[in-house]
Amino acid sequence: MADDIILLDFWPSMFGMRVKIALAEKDLKYEYREEDLRNKSPLLLEMNPVHKKIPVLIHHGKPICESQIIVEYIDEVWKDKSPLLPSDPYERAQARFWADYVDKKIFELGRKIWTTKGEDQEAAKKELIGCLKILEGELGEKPFFSGENFGFVDVSLVTFSCWFYAYERFGNFSIEAECPKLIAWTKRCMQKESVSSSLADPFKICGFVVLLRKKFGIE
Amino acid sequence: MGEEVKLIGSIQSLFSFRVEWALKLKGVEYEFIKEDVRNKSPLIFKYNPIHKKIPVLVHGGKPLPESLVILEYIDETWKDCPLLPEDPYERAMARFWAKYADEKVWQAYVAEGEEKEKAMGPALESLAFLEKEIKGKKFFGGEKIGFLDLAVGWVPHWLNVLEEVGSMKLLDAEKFPSLHEWAENFIQISPIKECIPPRDELVSYFHAGLIYLRSLSANKP
Repeated sequence: MADDIILLDFWPSMFGMRVKIALAEKDLKYEYREEDLRNKSPLLLEMNPVHKKIPVLIHHGKPICESQIIVEYIDEVWKDKSPLLPSDPYERAQARFWADYVDKKIFELGRKIWTTKGEDQEAAKKELIGCLKILEGELGEKPFFSGENFGFVDVSLVTFSCWFYAYERFGNFSIEAECPKLIAWTKRCMQKESVSSSLADPFKICGFVVLLRKKFGIE
Repeated sequence: MGEEVKLIGSIQSLFSFRVEWALKLKGVEYEFIKEDVRNKSPLIFKYNPIHKKIPVLVHGGKPLPESLVILEYIDETWKDCPLLPEDPYERAMARFWAKYADEKVWQAYVAEGEEKEKAMGPALESLAFLEKEIKGKKFFGGEKIGFLDLAVGWVPHWLNVLEEVGSMKLLDAEKFPSLHEWAENFIQISPIKECIPPRDELVSYFHAGLIYLRSLSANKP
């Protein structure tokens, strides 16, 4: 393999999907290795001893962990093709800020929606919609978060879109009804080959959540 | 870059100090606007409506919150005395450890009783990883202070305070000799040594904070 890239991943992970999108944007060939998180490989434990989590990118034998950090690394090494971060320092900082916001909010809230019931679930739904509306506001009338071109914040957020169906199904609500512009943006992103080939099928994700709920004893 | 630089910060916040250190290292003139985090002014809500926290850097009227994001912006805008290394892999490593230090070591401080015992484990583990990273080096950035030194720079001064207030011992000189030595070196260097909050202020601030946090969990049904 010319670029010597291995990606350790787990198919439903929205974090792993971010890395797949970045690699596709840069037209890079790599070896994909699926991890069984109940039985982590020695390679994963060796390459990410701190968190023992996926995704891990291994480039020329050296590991990089944490999806946002991996995406930035990919953007810096292969900087001549499809830059994901803007060149202006303030715009770059804004992009990092919003990607960090997605990280702080969306995963936990989504998780609460499919693992809780009653008041807790209602609170999580309300908060998730609130956060998605804030993101929708930040998007505004632009086609993508950084403007005309698909970029860093788009990569950070769009991978959650294949989990929306599961959130809606178990939370009994419609994200599109609340945030139509955001859903329009996800469809725009899906027109890109790098995104459509990297995101998991929302029905498969939902099936995966059904299995997890059974495993955790959630009705 | 002649535009005005303001830092909305607080003398109690380690996140605020790491931004000040970066500005001072780069020789950037700035106005410090002092906030009391327990009594936030409208300025914080104006410049950081999303998280409503300090620090916020305001450069030429444009606000920027989140201390690690601010550090990278400072490094990209003022090129003197670079903080992040040039090599992309080393940059990724610095970012990784900065994020890690922020997330793990902090947890042990607020925990109590059994929870504390549980939280101590990851906190000590995180110090062990930092010990490995600093071994053989004067600073995380090499011969000079870099991004990771600033990110972890709260350890020498604040950790000691947290240990006292939180009744725990984390940075043991015997267990973590290299990290301990780094801590001693770090607070001796300019501009750090001239820019450290008074210890008794920190102690009373964290003590009050801990009582408040513990009262919240005691009042949970």
